[in-house]
Amino acid sequence: MTPLLEAWGLGRRYGRRWALAECTVRIPAGRVAGLVGANGAGKSTLLALAAGMLEPSAGTVRVLGDRPGSRLGKVAYVAQDAPLYAGLTVAEHLRLGARLNPRWDAASARARIDRLGLDPARRAGRLSGGQRAQLALTLGLAKRPELLILDESAAALDPLARRDFRATLLEAVAADGLSVLLASHLVADLERTCDHLVVLADGRVRVAGDIDDLLARHRRLTGPRRDPGTLPRGQHVVAAVHAARQSSLVVRTDDPILDPAWEVGDVGLEDLVIAYMSGEPVLRPAAGRAKAAWRA
Amino acid sequence: MIAFHLDDRSGLAPYLQLVRQVRQALRVGLLREGDQLPTVKEVVAQLAINPNTVLKAYRELEHAGLVAARPGVGTFVTATLADASLAAHGPLRRDLLAWLGEARRAGLDDESIEALFMTTFRQSSLREAR
Repeated sequence: MTPLLEAWGLGRRYGRRWALAECTVRIPAGRVAGLVGANGAGKSTLLALAAGMLEPSAGTVRVLGDRPGSRLGKVAYVAQDAPLYAGLTVAEHLRLGARLNPRWDAASARARIDRLGLDPARRAGRLSGGQRAQLALTLGLAKRPELLILDESAAALDPLARRDFRATLLEAVAADGLSVLLASHLVADLERTCDHLVVLADGRVRVAGDIDDLLARHRRLTGPRRDPGTLPRGQHVVAAVHAARQSSLVVRTDDPILDPAWEVGDVGLEDLVIAYMSGEPVLRPAAGRAKAAWRA
Repeated sequence: MIAFHLDDRSGLAPYLQLVRQVRQALRVGLLREGDQLPTVKEVVAQLAINPNTVLKAYRELEHAGLVAARPGVGTFVTATLADASLAAHGPLRRDLLAWLGEARRAGLDDESIEALFMTTFRQSSLREAR
């Protein structure tokens, strides 16, 4: 199946600063993929490149097999600081959507607005933050996209509004089987929402993969203080904390840990993400793929 | 019909929490043969959870021979865990008591016994989950 997103050496520069650099990832179709990272890590840049709202400074990106922006009907982009028209009512937004989109699903959009209890006559500027986010999502889903790109990195919804928003999104995933690419800095929700993860830090991809697979391949090792350089081949240290006598490591490995000196534990998703966000970049894109070779 | 819940602090993957809740309901007779599990859409709406997670849990239960999916209708309970496992409790408890005695004779205190049991238990359940 055509991947949801594929990038080779993708980068975007603002002046001399690379907001995203040497990004090589492949996200399979049908996933709800989460981009996570601190503010300024490159999440929104990658989303905007995928949505075709930015041109790459280097490298190549394909969305559902095509150049971003070339098949607008297949992709919907929703920023959660809700790009709505404050002076237009809810009903007017729906009419506008129907005019602009050939595949518009008016019936399901109206049903969703009903279920959410949004007053069709109310102007968008007078809705609460949660309602605005729900309206923007409803407009995105009514396009019947194959891929929904969702930028939540600026979102400031209260917990209840966030839960309702996620429920609307995931019900659409269950009903229509669309793929989702979302950016968030709320690590806590991810395990419920996403099944694929891309961790970004300082404009680079630190790790990417299906969440179950990532959790299965990481272990926390606690034991007597030790130089991580002495670990067996095949155990890659993601993060290390050393006390006077003790070392605590997060390692990535496909093999069982046999050394009896270690107490071996599982790594939760939140710890895993934080380990990659704060650690050294251990999963660099393959060496030899110089930026120049991929310049667009 | 059962209602699922998720505990973010349990340390257990969400799909395993769903599997465990069905197994527990089967064990105590809350779910019986022929009962229907909530549809994937219902669970998604109720928990705001990824549909693939629910599908994975149901597939796992199907694999274990506890439920069967009838396409277009739903997922139904096909087995029970109550009788078979109840009968096994006695002998298992005897084995466990013997093991506990051995652990104490080896000098382990309660805390060490619990730590040893829990780490082994977690490792083995993880291995089985894979």
